[in-house]
Amino acid sequence: MSDTKTSKLPPIATLGPLIALVLAVAFFATQSDRFLSVQNFSLILQQVMVVGTIAIGQTLIILTAGIDLSCGMVMALGGIVMTKLAVGSGMNAYLAIVCGLLVCMAFGLVNGLLVTRIKLPPFIVTLGTMNIAFAITQLYSGAQTITDLPPAMTFFGNTVSVGSAAFNYGTVFMVLMYAFMWWGLRDTQPGRHVYAVGNNPEATRLTGIATERVLVGVYVLAGAFYGIAALLSVARTGVGDPNAGQTENLDAITAVVLGGTSLFGGRGIILGSLLGAVIVGVFRNGLTLMGVPSVYQVLITGVLVILAVATDQLSRKGAR
Amino acid sequence: MSDSKTLVMEARGLVKRYGQVTALDGADFELRAGEILAVIGDNGAGKSSLIKALSGATIPDEGEIKLDGKVIHFKSPADARREGIETVYQDLAVAPAMSISENLFLGREIIKSGFVAKLLRIIDKKQMLEQSVARMNDLKVGIRSMTQAVETLSGGQRQCVAVSRAAAFAQHVVILDEPTAALGVKEGNMVLELIRRVRDKGLPVILISHNMPHVFEIADRIHIARLGKRACIVNPKTISMSDTVAVMTGAKRPDELPAECLA
Repeated sequence: MSDTKTSKLPPIATLGPLIALVLAVAFFATQSDRFLSVQNFSLILQQVMVVGTIAIGQTLIILTAGIDLSCGMVMALGGIVMTKLAVGSGMNAYLAIVCGLLVCMAFGLVNGLLVTRIKLPPFIVTLGTMNIAFAITQLYSGAQTITDLPPAMTFFGNTVSVGSAAFNYGTVFMVLMYAFMWWGLRDTQPGRHVYAVGNNPEATRLTGIATERVLVGVYVLAGAFYGIAALLSVARTGVGDPNAGQTENLDAITAVVLGGTSLFGGRGIILGSLLGAVIVGVFRNGLTLMGVPSVYQVLITGVLVILAVATDQLSRKGAR
Repeated sequence: MSDSKTLVMEARGLVKRYGQVTALDGADFELRAGEILAVIGDNGAGKSSLIKALSGATIPDEGEIKLDGKVIHFKSPADARREGIETVYQDLAVAPAMSISENLFLGREIIKSGFVAKLLRIIDKKQMLEQSVARMNDLKVGIRSMTQAVETLSGGQRQCVAVSRAAAFAQHVVILDEPTAALGVKEGNMVLELIRRVRDKGLPVILISHNMPHVFEIADRIHIARLGKRACIVNPKTISMSDTVAVMTGAKRPDELPAECLA
């Protein structure tokens, strides 16, 4: 079975991300003495958990030939909702986390319904909800950072040490989510229907599959992953930050595309997105160690996403 | 036992209006057991509206449709599918990046047994693969591996996958909409061969086609649609292709045809 999995994709799309990762690591190793160390790599993995978790939801949407530009802003809103309810309103921490998750899923539901019922392009819908989520975040938080969080909210930020490497629970949890979704997309009926909808929505509908339900389900589930990412982000920084999610927004899309999932839908393996997230993390970390100002990092991420999309486009052309 | 004159499907006086346009104007339809019935007609003759009504894609305003002598009312293609009527739509048949086996079972995946498997809807890939191989062998479709992606196949092979899927799940009728359009000679013949084998397995086939040589090659009877009605049913063994086209375009009236041409 595994040979057919790889034969579905041109070699460049599967090997590309690995090669890019090796090249990036090699390059940064020559630029900074501190880069190639166990401590630094465990730091990269800790930094990757938020983008990596958002990228799970983003992968699902891109597999259906959609895109979600609102992912980072929805995550920021989820983080503010859960921290403000717990700290400001004194709500039970677990209940507050659930509320944050529900807000993110509600945004997913709105995105999904607008895409399926009114047939708006996902790009435009999520461009709108991105701004709406950002504005609500600012209004609800009063643009104030929320501190003094209950321990339940920072649990995932705690680390477990293995030798000189330190992993936080959030990173471990993220890897488990990837493993589960990888299996789910490959071996379950709803998972296969996600690919089918992305591949040929009309043919899929005509076989009797409720394609609109698949799509709405994907957007809501993606929202849930943004909610989890919100919790991880809160846990990692220890605060509810109204300005969170701004770099993660594009980073998550970059991670998915770098990981070999086609923007045209129906092709890709979710584990690639994890690899893509690590590549993005390596770039950010390496550039920081080199002392590159953050504005150049933004520039390089922009170049990276265009390169990845161009590779996708060119390799599909070659495959046909 | 059903002899060859048994009607599997019939329709009387179907009417379908779209605003000012009357697409079906009292059309009749008869499909016999075990036959390939070609449906031909000029553009706007009402052939696609007829097929849509039979496959549940549209609901006719008037008239009745019977399946095995029983009146039926399809509200959606899913209703028709439940009654064992499978339709292959032109160009809309397959998910290219997915495997042949997955395409054959798309929307009807086999779920593993067991409580957890049913809850999580875990698919049984092994079962699906084995059944795919069996079904494709049964229809003599020569494809090496059922795990290869459909996009690696030629156009004719892809169409064979779509027709095989319909044949595998249809209990009553297979409807094929232009299955040989856009195919080369060799590829077209491959699909025609498959359609014949589907018929020989006892499934009646409704074939919509513009390709007269193909229609004359495999149809048992030809239903000519004209001006929203059925002009007549002709026998391809006794009528000439030019007479058929003449009736189709209105150059000749059906009652001008010799009696032995009608079927």
